[in-house]
Amino acid sequence: MIPASQPTQRPLDAKLLVVDKYGSITHMRRASFAGFLRPGDLVVANDAAALPASLKGVHSPTGCPVEVRLAGRRSLDEVGDFAAVVFGAGDFHTRTEDRPAPPRFKPGDRLTLGPLSATIKRLLDHPRFVDLHLDGPADTIWAGLARHGRPIQYAYLPVPLDLWDAWSPVAWRPVAFEAPSAGFTLDWRMVEGIRSQGAAFATLTHTAGISSTGDTELDLRLPLDEPYRIPRSTACAVETARANGSRIIAIGTTVVRALEHAASQDGRVNASDGLATQRIGPGSQLRIVDAILTGVHEPGTSHHQLLQAFAADATLRRAGKELDAMSYRTHEFGDSVLIERRAQ
Amino acid sequence: MMEENMVTNGAGLRVAITGGTSGLGLALVREFLARGANVAFVARGAERVARVVREHPGAHGIVGDISAKDDIYPIAMQIAGELGGLDVLINNASDLGPAPLALLGDTDCMDFERALATNVLGPFRLTKALLGALAAAARENGAAAVLNISSDVAINAYAGWGAYGASKAALLHLTRIWNEELAPDGIHFVSLDPGDMDTPMHALAVPDGDPAALKRPEIAAREAADAITATLARCVPAGAIEGDKR
Repeated sequence: MIPASQPTQRPLDAKLLVVDKYGSITHMRRASFAGFLRPGDLVVANDAAALPASLKGVHSPTGCPVEVRLAGRRSLDEVGDFAAVVFGAGDFHTRTEDRPAPPRFKPGDRLTLGPLSATIKRLLDHPRFVDLHLDGPADTIWAGLARHGRPIQYAYLPVPLDLWDAWSPVAWRPVAFEAPSAGFTLDWRMVEGIRSQGAAFATLTHTAGISSTGDTELDLRLPLDEPYRIPRSTACAVETARANGSRIIAIGTTVVRALEHAASQDGRVNASDGLATQRIGPGSQLRIVDAILTGVHEPGTSHHQLLQAFAADATLRRAGKELDAMSYRTHEFGDSVLIERRAQ
Repeated sequence: MMEENMVTNGAGLRVAITGGTSGLGLALVREFLARGANVAFVARGAERVARVVREHPGAHGIVGDISAKDDIYPIAMQIAGELGGLDVLINNASDLGPAPLALLGDTDCMDFERALATNVLGPFRLTKALLGALAAAARENGAAAVLNISSDVAINAYAGWGAYGASKAALLHLTRIWNEELAPDGIHFVSLDPGDMDTPMHALAVPDGDPAALKRPEIAAREAADAITATLARCVPAGAIEGDKR
């Protein structure tokens, strides 16, 4: 595996490693993903768009420069209240692990973030981690984020990411803290291809959280609780596919988290708002999702753990060897894997 | 699922309008607010945006320049965030090109480029950035619509209207191709020529025209809103409208 080095969402040579339900591994061009589909299958993507969640500013009591990364929210409709990870001076050219700590905060401290101002509401048992409130009415906050915020940057990319780099073609609701990057595989040609296979396409909105805080102790808390919304049309499509015995293919780990959480009550996916709190890993029983299309994740990450709910460890190890041998690209702008849930 | 009054008069629709502080755009903001829609509008001047918001409580004002590539995603993000979705996008903001009007042979390239950036590339970029929102609305409600404001100069060749006419012709064709490509996703593209209206742009183009002989922008706005609701009513599949008595 090698890190992707350009923010190109759909490189023409993007590769797809497919693990079927029997553990057989094949390689294909990612653009021909629709060829995997059968009539009646349902493909579900996350339509959350990345917020410009990185805000540079100043800690008013000390005058120290800070970078605030919005990282969590309680609901999709929340505009002013966030959990945030705060860094001291510097920018994305420095690995998050090497960034200095922010000044010591007290509740009530004010931050000036370009045109926005914020108040520290609570410290969350860690010097980098706080609850904060952005001041002002909702439209003022949106305008301030739009003018001053930047998408959270990745140190492995040589160029800064623009907002358009971080929005997949189907993204729209600006509630994610980092892009749900599995959606980068989609384009409108692929949506057309899904339809022409006789399969269906639907979306849900899940507030994909930050992938790393730059702090080992904080990273253990990831993913944070993540609100999601399942629209009525998507809930209907899920029920139709299940009733017909068709497969449900999730584009990305966030879709798995939302659908499986929604079904955790009574086994059904209803149109609803929820808060995905569960961790999905080797012991998890998948009730809804039959296959996942996702990025190339390295062992040990929470994303990789989620894949262990789909395939046996030995299968994933074989897949990992293939990914290495075939030089698949990792990270948000890398190649993809499609893993079908193992046969029972 | 759409409520019946969303398609009969526009109540509850989430509508974004570019060029919303004067002329037809301002009339559209007023028309959709009066119909009970949730309206966001975009314009370049911060003071004028603030004034329209003050005068029209409930409207969401967004400062941005449609012709500037770097403004598009920040505008799209504010529209999607503030409205919580998008059923209707109206690309109304326009640039006349050279003012006063000039023969093509006398048209500065800069003036032509500005007309293309505002009238063709801007609507293309903003529509593209908002396709996710429009497609999500169409999946949930049965249909979404994009209205691109056109002109008879898009079809007829008038001396002196080269930059504006060519840009509007391009926009008209763009509208048709968008519609071919995205109608299967439930996003319907409509082009509308509102006619010669008593607007600041018309005064710029025809300084000695008689305003009394021109159409009132309010009339054109009502016709445009009716065209949109008619499109939605025609395109929403039967059974997708709550209380539908068709």
